[in-house]
Amino acid sequence: MDGISLLTITVLAVFVGFEVVSKVSSTLHTPLMSGANAIHGIILVGAIIVAGQAAHPWVLAVALLAVVLATANLVGGFVVTDRMLEMFRGRRGNGGRPVPPDGHRPRSEASDSKDGAR
Amino acid sequence: MTLLDPTLTGLLYLAAAACFILALKGLNSPRTARRGNLIGAFGALIAVVTVFFSARLDNVPWILGAIAVGSGVAAPVARRVKMTQMPQLVALFNGVGGGAAALVALLELPEADDPWVRLAIVFTLLVGAVSFAGSGITFAKLQELMTTRPVVFPGLPVLMGGVLLLAVGAAVAVVLGGSLALALVLLLLGLLAGVLLVLPVGGADVPIVISLLNAFTGLAVAASGLVLGNVLLVVAGTLVGASGTILTRAMAAAMGRSVAGILFGAFRGGSTAGSTAVSDRPVRSSSAEDVAVLLGYAQRVIIVPGYGLAVAQGQHTAAELAQALESRGIKVDFAIHPVAGRMPGHMNVLLAEANVPYESLKEMGEINSEFKTADVALVVGANDVVNPAAKTSSGSPIYGMPILEVADARQVVFLKRSLRPGFAGIENDLMYEPQTTLLFGDAKESLTKVLGAVKAL
Repeated sequence: MDGISLLTITVLAVFVGFEVVSKVSSTLHTPLMSGANAIHGIILVGAIIVAGQAAHPWVLAVALLAVVLATANLVGGFVVTDRMLEMFRGRRGNGGRPVPPDGHRPRSEASDSKDGAR
Repeated sequence: MTLLDPTLTGLLYLAAAACFILALKGLNSPRTARRGNLIGAFGALIAVVTVFFSARLDNVPWILGAIAVGSGVAAPVARRVKMTQMPQLVALFNGVGGGAAALVALLELPEADDPWVRLAIVFTLLVGAVSFAGSGITFAKLQELMTTRPVVFPGLPVLMGGVLLLAVGAAVAVVLGGSLALALVLLLLGLLAGVLLVLPVGGADVPIVISLLNAFTGLAVAASGLVLGNVLLVVAGTLVGASGTILTRAMAAAMGRSVAGILFGAFRGGSTAGSTAVSDRPVRSSSAEDVAVLLGYAQRVIIVPGYGLAVAQGQHTAAELAQALESRGIKVDFAIHPVAGRMPGHMNVLLAEANVPYESLKEMGEINSEFKTADVALVVGANDVVNPAAKTSSGSPIYGMPILEVADARQVVFLKRSLRPGFAGIENDLMYEPQTTLLFGDAKESLTKVLGAVKAL
């Protein structure tokens, strides 16, 4: 791909990156950081390409190290983010069962304001 | 093995990139966050499967083995880690990602004959190495393997300047000549720079540094995408770099600090060094039973949890106390300062783990006007985030930081270990006000005693 196309894509991705997080509530700062952290684990794709083209044992060894590190970043990142988010539940209803997030139960005037688009 | 058509490969990478954008978008709201994360993981799966069919790869069994090792180590750790230790795990994962990017760039150097490609390589090398070493130090600080106080020594700025100057020199030489030996030197200089960058940062500011290094790793990954001509890496890395930058700035703003101030504050004898000076003004301290009476006969209680609660692992007790009060018909909310906990938003995670519904977790902007209607504001292990000095004394290091307006509540109860000032090292005048009561002790123990007393009412 030519330089200008790559540059165009990069610049557009910068704006998308700014845009998708600009309104995030501080409630989710930690999961967001962790989720973004998992996404850059996609360097695994690069590590696999380099390892797959390695001709020399030394190059292969270093590339495989990169694969291990990148996998840890990617897999660990998504798993730990999921674990965090698993805990974000709505107000508990009957018998301690979590109310599904869509089952909105207006409990008080104040508890409704959280989910709206802000 | 037949290879995929390049167009199809491109489309699959595009799908993965779209998944990443949807993932970040989904993480904006508690309702969609978990689904968003799963979409991101799905995108990553598409991309990783695609790469095996998109180019002729040797050593496939080795690669699969390495992937198995990486997941085999990371997944159980991520499954088992305690929620209070999560910030350091995120730091660790971030660091290894940066390290992987640096290694990929290093290996691509012999293939690169275009100076522009070599420029992307030196960028990835340097930034990846800074991120790796910096994350290692943040991990050590958060895990308390080393002191959490800023580490400064005479000559640190000079040393840092020297390292950066050498790094720039080595980088220019690599871009022009493509020497592998100099690239290794650059890698070492990057590691050193990462260590020196994070050493002077105080414990309270470490979270912001994690976020910054996260953005760094994103940029390194984007640059490695330029090296490999892989659009997906470019898009994913840039997304993380951009969103990480915004997030870092949002977090720093919430603390009333600038990112530069955090990184270079300690160089100038900065503000997070802390002091242990204690004034001898009189305070009103009280017993757990008295606090229980205050809480138990209130109509509206706002709990303000802080770092001390996280350290004492008292979040479950706090949640139980809230439940006990609610069963007495009292309206209870948690007021969460953006930087409460060890990492921005960390307190929300800890309380969510303790089964506090997220509707009860109120952000600062939302709750500040409600303190006026609260009978009791219960401040647990927080100090700087409720310190009026942030509004009134312009000389104070935290001046300008938005605070939770607990002073508006009819009664303020502080659960604190001691009168010692918080991280910022400044006294909190609120503790000496007539409406304030103090209960000294470990946050969890105090909460347990208060909980017992409330149940006995």
